Amino acid sequence: MRVLAAMSGGVDSAVAAARAVAAGHDVVGVHLALSRSPQTLRAGARGCCTIEDARDARRAADVLGIPFYVWDLAERFERDVVEDFVAEYAAGRTPNPCVRCNERIKFSALLDRALALGFDAVCTGHYARIVGGELHRAVDAGKDQSYVLAVLTPERLAHALFPVGDTAKDEVRHEAAERGLQVAAKPDSHDICFIADGDTRGWLAGRLGRQPGPIVDGDGEVVGEHEGSFAYTVGQRRGLRLGVPAPDGRPRYVLDVQPVTNTVVVGPADRLSVDRLRGAHLTWCGPAAAPGDRVGAQVRAHGEEVPATVVAVTGDGEVAVALDRPLRGVAPGQTLALYDGTRVVGSATLTATAASEPLETAGAG
Amino acid sequence: MLPEAVAAMTEELPRTGNASSLHTSGRRARRIVEEARERVGDALGAGPSEVVFTAGGTEADNLAVKGLFWARRAQDARRRRIVASPVEHHAVLDAVEWLAAHEGAEIDWLPVDSLGRVDLVALGETLARDPGSVALVTVMWANNEVGTVQPVAEIVAAAHEHGIPVHSDAVQAVGQLAVDFGVSGLDCLTVSGHKIGGPVGAGAVLARRGLDLVPVLHGGGQERGVRSGTLDVPALHAFGVAAEIAVADREELAVRIGALRDDLLRAVVAAVPDAVLRGDPDPAGRLPFNAHATFPGCEGDSLLYLLDARGVECSTGSACQAGVPQPSHVLLAMGVPEPVARGALRFSLGRTSTAADVEAVAAAIGPAVERARRAGVGGFATEAVPS
Repeated sequence: MRVLAAMSGGVDSAVAAARAVAAGHDVVGVHLALSRSPQTLRAGARGCCTIEDARDARRAADVLGIPFYVWDLAERFERDVVEDFVAEYAAGRTPNPCVRCNERIKFSALLDRALALGFDAVCTGHYARIVGGELHRAVDAGKDQSYVLAVLTPERLAHALFPVGDTAKDEVRHEAAERGLQVAAKPDSHDICFIADGDTRGWLAGRLGRQPGPIVDGDGEVVGEHEGSFAYTVGQRRGLRLGVPAPDGRPRYVLDVQPVTNTVVVGPADRLSVDRLRGAHLTWCGPAAAPGDRVGAQVRAHGEEVPATVVAVTGDGEVAVALDRPLRGVAPGQTLALYDGTRVVGSATLTATAASEPLETAGAG
Repeated sequence: MLPEAVAAMTEELPRTGNASSLHTSGRRARRIVEEARERVGDALGAGPSEVVFTAGGTEADNLAVKGLFWARRAQDARRRRIVASPVEHHAVLDAVEWLAAHEGAEIDWLPVDSLGRVDLVALGETLARDPGSVALVTVMWANNEVGTVQPVAEIVAAAHEHGIPVHSDAVQAVGQLAVDFGVSGLDCLTVSGHKIGGPVGAGAVLARRGLDLVPVLHGGGQERGVRSGTLDVPALHAFGVAAEIAVADREELAVRIGALRDDLLRAVVAAVPDAVLRGDPDPAGRLPFNAHATFPGCEGDSLLYLLDARGVECSTGSACQAGVPQPSHVLLAMGVPEPVARGALRFSLGRTSTAADVEAVAAAIGPAVERARRAGVGGFATEAVPS
């Protein structure tokens, strides 16, 4: 097969490319330039767009003896990931940009270009497995990235290779060292690649400007002020700086973000618990689920999987699930991934959450 | 690298001797260096004392541009303007921009036409506007990307009318065009060893007798005190040998390779009728080893990959530090819109090019362009293009 190996400059994608070469494929390495200003040089960290990463990727490709190119997908990334990220926060939702990037860049813009150029597949260093055309969790549960890939359709998965999904991370590092890849000891990436310092709120304020507004409690009483509702996420506790203490003295959390009125609603922890989830933009990674099916539901990248029942599936791409036990701090915009054992069934973007139990009861204790 | 140059270099590598030393091995080393100096000078119409060796073309350009600017400004503080073409190699371009950013230079960019050739009327007007404030003029002999030859004689005449010195980067021209430093009237000229079959890491500034250059590198005072540093005897020996051969073979090569180049361009247009050939269509106005074209709707990088997979090696232009392909500043200066400039390919032929090479390109280019168009530009797939 002719394989295009996406090489971020990290250890996982380098070993993935090495394994594709070892499997006898005709491999070409490509580093994606996703930022218009790739001057960033961050010590000890890894982003998507630094000179250091491009150099590390090139170095690995040279060690593997494969051709290497840098492809400029910055315009697509800005439009489909960064602007989407800003718009989602501005609308009071909490997006996952890695999910968007996989959906619209790596397995869309990149894969389309690869197929047009005559490649058969795109290979990445994601920790996930493809078994018989189906997407499954990685064997290393701590590193599993199937959640951020749950937006891939069977057609896309047919052209994807995840060579490290069957291996534990420390073994991947060990293999990198054995193969003479200098990135063997490079630290894992964290945070959002286009927010270099990890300060999402500050970055959003730079894009959206300062928009002061009220923070209110469940009764509508103003208990504080914020500088832009977009900077808040349901379930958030830190950084609220509330002037009026809670009557019961217990910590308060963000319960709701209302961008239309630029209002942030806070309340006690028990009000965060939800067990009814509704999502739109539904994608099946393989055979579709139907109402009544038992599934596992996961709402954040490394969050726990909760047993659930599919309640409804509509023709226009909406899904509703009932969780066996409640989850706390689930925000609209997050990706809901559904599992059947290790198999990824599909995903949707959360639009609404609710608690089936009366809140008064839950809060009375 | 020419076999004769490889032989010359390997012959010298095991020998010790600092050409600045007075002992026996030093004298022997100096003899080798001085022979190289004479060879390079003879090949390019310069006296041996006019040859200042450097570690390559980039260093030579920096020494010529900065050295001339500083020397001229030291003579008269009003001389702060640098008149330059916008299609220069980055070794000149970035040196000029650095002088503007850090040394108070003002840059007058000369307009170029759609072929990339400097506008002489604009040059005349630029110089006439307060000639006493101009430190130097720098215009390359021939462009490395699109191959266009610059009117060096006319530029020299216009500048000398006002007593302004002229530097020309002739890195691409030597070995392809008749380059005679003395006849050209230039005050300063840059040449590089690796472009003429010599080693990487050897080059020279030809500097007219009596021309004052302020050094960039300070130290032991070698090379007329203009370029300090222990001389690389093996590399310079090979450089001298290569210069001699490149100039001796030039006419014959220009005819033979020029004909291959013309075949290549015909084949490209036959395979891709909407390909746009860049640079001067008149062979007399361009480098004989150079072919350049833009392919509408293609990303140059896609073409590079597709052609490389078929055994054809060419280049798109430059890339930023992270390796992101950048649209060529030369094409942009020629008025080519950015999306078109992204689909550029340069084919460099040389002494070893054959008709079989041209046939390989002719066979590969059509399917490669078709594929590249389907892959689109900048991550945006293009609509199907009419065949």
